[in-house]
Amino acid sequence: MIRFILRRLIVTVPMVLIVVTLTWGLIRLAPGNFYSDEKKLPAAIEKNIREKYGLDLPWYVQYGRVMKNIVRLDFGNSLKYETESVNDILRRTLPVSAALGICAYLLALAVGVTMGTLAALKQNSRLDYASMALSMLGISLPNFVLGPLLVLVFALSLYWLPPARWGGFPSWNLVLPVLTLSAVYMAYIARLTRSGMLEVLRSDYIRTARAKGLRERDVIVRHALRGGLLPVVSFTGPALALLVAGTVVVERIFAMPGLGNYFINANLNRDEPLIIGIVAFISITILIFNLLVDVAYAFLDPRIRY
Amino acid sequence: MKDERTPQVPTEEGRSQSPWDAGEPALTTRGTPPAPPVAAREGDQIHPSPETAVGEGDVRAEGETVQAGTSLWRDAWRRLLKNKLAVFGMVVVGVIIVAAAVGPAIIRAATGYTYDYIPPESELIRSFPPLTAPDGTFSWTHPMGTDSAGRDMLARVLLGGRISLMVGVISTIVSLIIGISYGATAGYLGGKVDDVMMRIVDVLYAIPYMMIVIVLLAFFGGQSPLGQLFLLFAALGAVSWLTMARIVRGQVMSLKNQEFVLAARATGVSTPKIIFRHLVPNALGPVIVYATLTIPSVMLQEAFLSFLGLGVQAPLASWGSLASEGIQNIAVFPWQLIFPGVTMALTLFSLNFLGDGLRDALDPQMRKF
Repeated sequence: MIRFILRRLIVTVPMVLIVVTLTWGLIRLAPGNFYSDEKKLPAAIEKNIREKYGLDLPWYVQYGRVMKNIVRLDFGNSLKYETESVNDILRRTLPVSAALGICAYLLALAVGVTMGTLAALKQNSRLDYASMALSMLGISLPNFVLGPLLVLVFALSLYWLPPARWGGFPSWNLVLPVLTLSAVYMAYIARLTRSGMLEVLRSDYIRTARAKGLRERDVIVRHALRGGLLPVVSFTGPALALLVAGTVVVERIFAMPGLGNYFINANLNRDEPLIIGIVAFISITILIFNLLVDVAYAFLDPRIRY
Repeated sequence: MKDERTPQVPTEEGRSQSPWDAGEPALTTRGTPPAPPVAAREGDQIHPSPETAVGEGDVRAEGETVQAGTSLWRDAWRRLLKNKLAVFGMVVVGVIIVAAAVGPAIIRAATGYTYDYIPPESELIRSFPPLTAPDGTFSWTHPMGTDSAGRDMLARVLLGGRISLMVGVISTIVSLIIGISYGATAGYLGGKVDDVMMRIVDVLYAIPYMMIVIVLLAFFGGQSPLGQLFLLFAALGAVSWLTMARIVRGQVMSLKNQEFVLAARATGVSTPKIIFRHLVPNALGPVIVYATLTIPSVMLQEAFLSFLGLGVQAPLASWGSLASEGIQNIAVFPWQLIFPGVTMALTLFSLNFLGDGLRDALDPQMRKF
């Protein structure tokens, strides 16, 4: 197990480097630059700018600098927000995105697993059809449609909740964004739980558990859920990558100062250090989470050995 | 739910043979299959492993049906028609495709509005609610109202549908081409090549590719609306082929030890030809199913990018870019968001149901109970 974790951690390093190199290469190959919009700068000024940011150096020196920054986990200064380093921006924006993402995923887990389990237990009942239709709707309704609709109803018509902005961690401002973000995952998790549970409920060990005379609740909670939730656990990896994309949209809809919002702005501003910093940070997070998911998998499913 | 798996039935030789064993057309109670082109010998290892054992569509049987037989395709079609949700999805998707194809021309003939026609009146507020004329009375001119510039919303939603569907279909085709070539090659060659190729897929799975697509579109996009569209096709196709490659590889691995492949190899058919002429057509069933499910997911990604302002650009429109325009005026002109948003959700909903129905119809073993 420890060898498996170590091996995976070692593989993580080149993968982060590949992602960052790809991003850096794209930025470098693109026409144009960050310092001039439309009007042409005088040659002397342009030369000074290029010198200041090291753009006059050969590409491999510049690449080496980027790599050195990544290894030291210090991504230098943002080009747009000149008084702040990329690390400062990460430190400021990460809590917003993390609060959103974690709350949304936990909510999705709670609701999705309950819905999926109930649907599986009452297969082909009206409850089953209703919850599956609802989850199909959740998958099909884009979050940038769902979010504004929620705002329209709960904030602009009923005045129950604030429509936008960040208001600290436990605050009413979080309710609508978290709902918007978690809808898709709720739907996916409900579907995965349902099919996983249906498969498990027909297996021999559930029959054994029932034959032993266990209470139905114990059969479901102790025995069936453990196996039935495996698909949900393995969905956590892809879900995280999706969650990143989801937070980008949600932060934009609700005007929240999170990582995703800054990432889009950094792209529009051609803020190379900030882009690379965020890409590297997110890649590392996702890879570490994937590793944790695999470890959790081994604990849940005794048949899996690494 | 009724179990529609075919029971084990004896063949002419008196052996018990499941229709999925050798990729032969299904032998069901509704008909008998044509004589199998290649009969399996006693003791042949032709059972695909459970995770790869999905119904393989036998395209060979299509033209040479002896009786009014049931090829797997016709069987699947019948099963599909029994699935009410799938039929609903098919009808809705059909209606939307037809509307997007001919709708703009009809609107132009009927009212004179096109997706980019801005009426020359000089009033300040030009966004009229649905079914309302500029003077506030009832009118059929704008069934979905107008947008902030006074353009007809229905015409724009239909144009958006055209572009969204086009992005979905073309990007899916791109991903099909990459995924099928990659997966079939890895599956057929096997061994070290397969190991390396599939490890690359594993690595790519873990990459937050949406971020790279955003960087790509932000830095290279914006030259021209058409160029942006091509960039979108390529970018979305290039990131959605991974699962397709895995599916095709599994299929090819379960097919490649069968005798028609051996026969092809014995007669000196080249490796690429074996892969693309013999193996790929036999693996089409699951590929079609997955392609149907890829279309809505690609459309969603396109909408996501367009919503961020990185996708389709004005004067063209997609459902995503229309929604993104609509959000800015949500409190005052909610119809600008609701119509494109709901149309898109309805389309994705129907496509997902159709894809699920197709999966149940084509791969009874993959059915999620």
